Amino acid sequence: MAKLHVQTTINGEAAEFLCEPQESLLDALRNELGLTGTKEGCATGDCGACSVIFNGRLVPSCLVLAAEAQDRSITTIEGIATGDALHPVQQKFLEHAALQCGVCTPGFIVAATALLNRNPHPTETEARFWLAGNLCRCTGYDKIIRAVLDTAAETRKAAV
Amino acid sequence: MHAIRYEAPSSIAEAIRLMEADPNARVLAGGTDLLVQFRAGLRQPSAFVDIKRIPELVGIRIDAKDLRFGAATPAAEICEHPEVARLFPGLVEAVHLIGSTQIQGRGSVGGNLCNASPAADSTCALIVNRAECVIAGPKGERVVAVEKFCTAPGRTVLERGEFLVEIRVPRPAPRTADAYLRLIPRSEMDIAVVGAGVSVTVDGNGVCTAARVAIGAVAPTALLVPDAAAALVGSTLDDRALEKAAAAATAAAKPIDDKRGTVSYRRTIAGVLTKRAAASAATRARGK
Repeated sequence: MAKLHVQTTINGEAAEFLCEPQESLLDALRNELGLTGTKEGCATGDCGACSVIFNGRLVPSCLVLAAEAQDRSITTIEGIATGDALHPVQQKFLEHAALQCGVCTPGFIVAATALLNRNPHPTETEARFWLAGNLCRCTGYDKIIRAVLDTAAETRKAAV
Repeated sequence: MHAIRYEAPSSIAEAIRLMEADPNARVLAGGTDLLVQFRAGLRQPSAFVDIKRIPELVGIRIDAKDLRFGAATPAAEICEHPEVARLFPGLVEAVHLIGSTQIQGRGSVGGNLCNASPAADSTCALIVNRAECVIAGPKGERVVAVEKFCTAPGRTVLERGEFLVEIRVPRPAPRTADAYLRLIPRSEMDIAVVGAGVSVTVDGNGVCTAARVAIGAVAPTALLVPDAAAALVGSTLDDRALEKAAAAATAAAKPIDDKRGTVSYRRTIAGVLTKRAAASAATRARGK
């Protein structure tokens, strides 16, 4: 079976790759495009490590077929920072030490960014529910939630 | 491994042709069930027919008559729609329980229905709102009441070449509201041990003039329970009427024992959730 040729937009830039019909977007990002920031945790949509923003929606890239990316727009963890300048969420994760082993971190940062794009000032409950599909086995979540809420608080201060 | 095809038809007619030509092709909507089943080796489709490029399959329309949404519309889009939340708070409550933010960004209510799990959260809420399924196929379009759509766990009325296009929900009558509750042993993201949906209509004096009750995860398919609805109609939705509806739901439940719950526990909880969902729907209906 011939491979499929997919043309898409990744982190604001045109991209193309070849993939198998049943290949996941996660595998295409990592293996065809070398974008290994997106991590595989469970590969069944339960852990959130492979989260990407697909046409404006937060999705598990393990449950998207790579072929579906044709003419769509994707943001991965590699597209969150601006050049060398970290995104405020990334900066706060560092300040709050909101990571240990780091496998879940790209998924959390993409998910938290999607949350703040939609709801710049979430309550703690809203943040916890939004991120409930991102599993972390190290931190106990509290530092992650502090980092996200602190990002929102800082943005609010900057806006005043 | 045999070669699998990926197809992305742009029209209903093209999708019907693809589905009719190949009985082993599977419709791909959000993929949150299908791709997991595929990778686990439970399904070996010959083709994924991605229906999300067909305009009718994605999107929400509301007019004076009804709410219509494409079968592949992501759950998140339904949850975010303010008018859907106002008209059908119980439906949105149910859809919002389907997995995580990420899963809701992909998974659809149409897919939740077509996967035909007896524990599907959105199905009870659709049943109490008298939803209808619009099905396309080689012999043309047909419409099936949602409570008739699933026939057994994993099985639906869909025949070869057919697929679910749209779900239509009639606009609720004045002073009508719905509610959905489920029991899970944790606070988030689990499969219902039992679910219950209720819709009630009240008149100006608070008397219930119409009701629908559906229970999930207590039979091979979600069940419409007319006896429980009958216990509510004509009452002021007082405790006595709610107790009678609960008893009717318990009597209608035909659950199995499994790792999530026993028969007697599920029967009891079917009653408890029916009572609580009816109370919630009643409060909402009186406030309208």
